[in-house]
Amino acid sequence: MQVAPQVFEKLASRFGAQDWSKSESPKSGNIRVIVPAAKVFDYLKFLKEECGFDFLADITAIDYLYYRGARDRFGLVYTLVNLANNDRLVVKCFLNEPDLTVPSAWPLWKGSNWMEREVFDMFGIRFDGHPDLRRILCPQEFVGNPLRKDYPLRGRGERHNFQRLERQQG
Amino acid sequence: MAVAELGSAPPQSKIDQEYRWTLNFGPQHPATHTTLRLVCQIEGETIVDVTPDIGYLHSGFEKIGEHLNFNQYVTVADRMNYLSPMANNVAWHHAVEKLLGIQPTKRCQYIRMIICELARISDHLLCNGAAGLDTGAFTAFLYCFNQRENIYDIFETLSGARFTNSYTRVGGVMHDATPKFIEQVRKFVKELPKVHSEVCGLLNRNRIFVQRMKGIGYLSKEDAINWSASGPVARASGVPRDLRKDEPYLAYSDFDFNVICSDGGDCFHRYLVRMDEILESLKIIENAIENLPSGPVNIGEAERVSFPSKGDVYNTIEGLISHFETVMTNRGFQTPRDESYAAIEAPNGELGFYIVGDGSETAYRARCRPPSYIHFQIFPQMIKGQTISDIVAVLGSLNIIAAELDR
Repeated sequence: MQVAPQVFEKLASRFGAQDWSKSESPKSGNIRVIVPAAKVFDYLKFLKEECGFDFLADITAIDYLYYRGARDRFGLVYTLVNLANNDRLVVKCFLNEPDLTVPSAWPLWKGSNWMEREVFDMFGIRFDGHPDLRRILCPQEFVGNPLRKDYPLRGRGERHNFQRLERQQG
Repeated sequence: MAVAELGSAPPQSKIDQEYRWTLNFGPQHPATHTTLRLVCQIEGETIVDVTPDIGYLHSGFEKIGEHLNFNQYVTVADRMNYLSPMANNVAWHHAVEKLLGIQPTKRCQYIRMIICELARISDHLLCNGAAGLDTGAFTAFLYCFNQRENIYDIFETLSGARFTNSYTRVGGVMHDATPKFIEQVRKFVKELPKVHSEVCGLLNRNRIFVQRMKGIGYLSKEDAINWSASGPVARASGVPRDLRKDEPYLAYSDFDFNVICSDGGDCFHRYLVRMDEILESLKIIENAIENLPSGPVNIGEAERVSFPSKGDVYNTIEGLISHFETVMTNRGFQTPRDESYAAIEAPNGELGFYIVGDGSETAYRARCRPPSYIHFQIFPQMIKGQTISDIVAVLGSLNIIAAELDR
C-alpha cells in the first residue's frame, strides 16, 4: 500500500495540520488517516473529489471495549482506493457511547448502502442521511448488536424466544 | 436513485396498485442456488421493484473469528465461498501474514498461486455452467462440472480434502506439493482448453442462451465504480481493475497474463469475461507449475509462526517443542498490536480481511469484505424494468454465494 505524498499536502492545506493525523503500520504498510468523527464526511468528500480516491472498498467498525490501552469505544474504518494509481488509504474515526452517529457516505458512494447497514446492524452505529437504515443480517426484531465485545459469543438466549414446534403441533 | 425506494415501494395511485403484484422469490428456490429471498413488485411480468432480504445463512463468522486462532479460523474461511475455498484460505492467511509482517517462501507463493488460479477456474466453471443451466442450456453445465471434478481430485491430492480444504497455514501450507500433484495439474492444464472450447461452442452462439443473457442486467462503468463492484462484474463493465496486476501479491508480478475486460456491462459479457479469465488462469498455472521453485515450503522455525513438518514433530525433540509452542494458547506466536487490511483478487472480486491484532494468537477483529455482499446490493437496480425470468440470469451472472453473502 502506498499513498502519494501530495494527498497529505492537500489535506493539510484544506483542513490544517492539527485536525487529522497520519499513522502507518510498520509491518503491513497500511497508511491511515485519523480524522474527527464529526467531519468524516467532509474528509471523504474531499478525498473523493480532490484527491482522486474514487472507489470505496469497505466500511467496517471495531469495538475497542477490551482493547488494552484504547481510549475510545468504537473505531469506524473506511478503505478507499484511487483507481488511477492504485493508492489505498484507510480513513478512520473514533466514536464514543452516547453519540454513535456519523453522516452517511451514501451521497458519495452508493456502494456504502449495505456496508453501512451492516455496521448499523452489528455495532449500532447510526448513519445520518442513509436512505434505508434497517438491520440486514439479523432479523428486524433482534435486540442487541452481535459484534460488540460485550455481546457474548453464544448469544443472550435469543434462540429460546422462538417456540419449539413438534411435528404433531405443526 | 434506484435503491432509495428499496424499503418502501414508491407512492402510487390506486389504479396502479390494482395491477401491481407482490411476488416472493425464495428463500428456498432452485435458482437462488442457496438461501436468499427477494420480494418483487411486479406489473404483469415486469419487475417494478425488488427488495432483497438476506441473512438466512448468517452464522456469525466474524464473531467466531474473534475466538479462533489464526490457524483455526481457516476452516471457517473455507465455508464462506464454498465454490472456491482455496482462494478464501489464501486470502485469510495473506491478510494474517501482512499483519505479522512475514513473507512466505517462494515455493509457498507459487503453490498458493496455483491453487488460487485452480479455485478461480473452478468458480468460473460453476458460475458459467450454472448460468447455462438456469437459462435453458443444460449440457454445458455437465461439461463444466466434469472439469470441476478434476480440480477436486487435485485438491484431494494436495490437502486430503475435496471440498473444504483448509490448506494454508500461517507462514506456509499444510503439506508440500508432491510429484503426483504436479502430474495431475499438468494433465488438467492439457485437457481443459478442449473442454473450454466445447463449452464456448455450446454457449457462445446458443440462441436461447444469448437472448436470455444479452442486454440483461446492465451495469455502466460509472455505476460499477460508484457501487464498489470488483472482480469480473466490474471488469465486464469496463473497469480495468485486477488486484493481481494493480497491487501484486504472492508472486503474480513474475507472470505474464492479461486482464480481461469488456465494456458490454450485461450478463452475457460477464459470462464472456469469466470464460476468458479461465484461459488466463490456465496460462499462469502452466507457467507456475513448470517453474515451481525448490526449497522449503514453510518459513523457518526461527520465526515461530509456522508448524514444523510432521516428520520433525515425531522424530526430533525440537520439532515437538516447536509444534506444542505453536498450538498452545499463550505460547503461540505474537501478533503486533496493529491493524491491517489486505485483499486478494478472489474469483468473485476483491476479497479482503481487516484484521486487528491485540498481541494474542487470536484476532481481536476479523472483518471480511465479501465480494458477493457488495455485488448483491446492486441487484435491485440492475433488475428494475426487466422480467421475472431475468432474475435468475442476473443472479447467476453476479455469482451470488449466500454463504459468503451472509457469513
